[in-house]
Amino acid sequence: MLEFISRLFGRENSSKDIAKERLRLVLVHDRASISPHMLNQLKEDLIEVISNYMEIDEDALEVNLNQDEREVALIANIPVIKMKRDYSVKG
Amino acid sequence: MGEVIVVTSGKGGVGKTTTTANIGTGLASKGLKVVLVDTDIGLRNLDVVMGLENRIVYDIVDVTNGTCRLKQALIKDKRFESLYLLPAAQTKDKTAVTQEQMKKLSDELKKEFDFAIIDCPAGIEQGFRNAIVGADRAIVVTTPEVSAVRDADRIIGLLEAQEIASPRLIINRIRPHMVKRGDMMDISDILDILAIDLLGVIPDDDSIVVSTNRGEPAIMDHSSHAGEAYRRITRRIQGEEVPLMNLDAPDGFMDKLKRFFGMN
Repeated sequence: MLEFISRLFGRENSSKDIAKERLRLVLVHDRASISPHMLNQLKEDLIEVISNYMEIDEDALEVNLNQDEREVALIANIPVIKMKRDYSVKG
Repeated sequence: MGEVIVVTSGKGGVGKTTTTANIGTGLASKGLKVVLVDTDIGLRNLDVVMGLENRIVYDIVDVTNGTCRLKQALIKDKRFESLYLLPAAQTKDKTAVTQEQMKKLSDELKKEFDFAIIDCPAGIEQGFRNAIVGADRAIVVTTPEVSAVRDADRIIGLLEAQEIASPRLIINRIRPHMVKRGDMMDISDILDILAIDLLGVIPDDDSIVVSTNRGEPAIMDHSSHAGEAYRRITRRIQGEEVPLMNLDAPDGFMDKLKRFFGMN
């Protein structure tokens, strides 16, 4: 009944909006399919950049595209062994 | 030199074959020399939609493997002198034609015709890759449903990967009264998501069923709404700027009631 009333008086719950939102999410996932080759490339690039600032454990490094219901996230777990000394003059 | 246009969608049953038949017939009705090519090997249907199923002797596989010459396999349309059909084989499977053969065939058709319209099979496997290999342009057909739009998105990605220049979209089976009450995605929703150019919008129309029953493309029926939409699409393919059809459904009782209360 409530749904009927909200449909009568407004468009917040229209099935079109549900369709659009579901499509948006499913396409984020579809388009985020990344090849293992590309993921490896990304890992190597990350190591190169981060190594300028700190010493990291390259073997334990994990990079994954995490997908849950609402979003896709790039999750990187990068164990730091040592920070490099910051010699640059601040200020 | 003619042009090869592939009609594709990813998902089955959204109207590729109907679109191919109507666009091809529309272009031929303007005196252009057109060939329709059915590449859905094993599941041919363009012949029945065109009403030419009783005239098939040879098919596309006979041409590509050299059993007959191209001219022998082409079936002349009942209505238009300049319209031909190259039917798919019904008893073979999609591996019966290779991409090289298909490219060669497309090039040959371009020399003979102003337009070759290729009806692509559903899916993204070899049948799809064969159908697009010789195409200059692509038309992507979708309906306003989550599944069809999702598949269209995938197809657009694959077409771009094959460097087929900017595909254009046809949104088929729009139901204006459902759009109006917010229960169907409308044109701008879909264009928003897919981010490609619109070629046309076709209303859901009973006359399509009737014309398919008869084997006569709806574009010839001047009382058909869908036919009018296809006539406009044909003119756009020829480069003309044509406004979209007015799809507004007559107001229902609820619309009038809502307007009365100032809610519309």
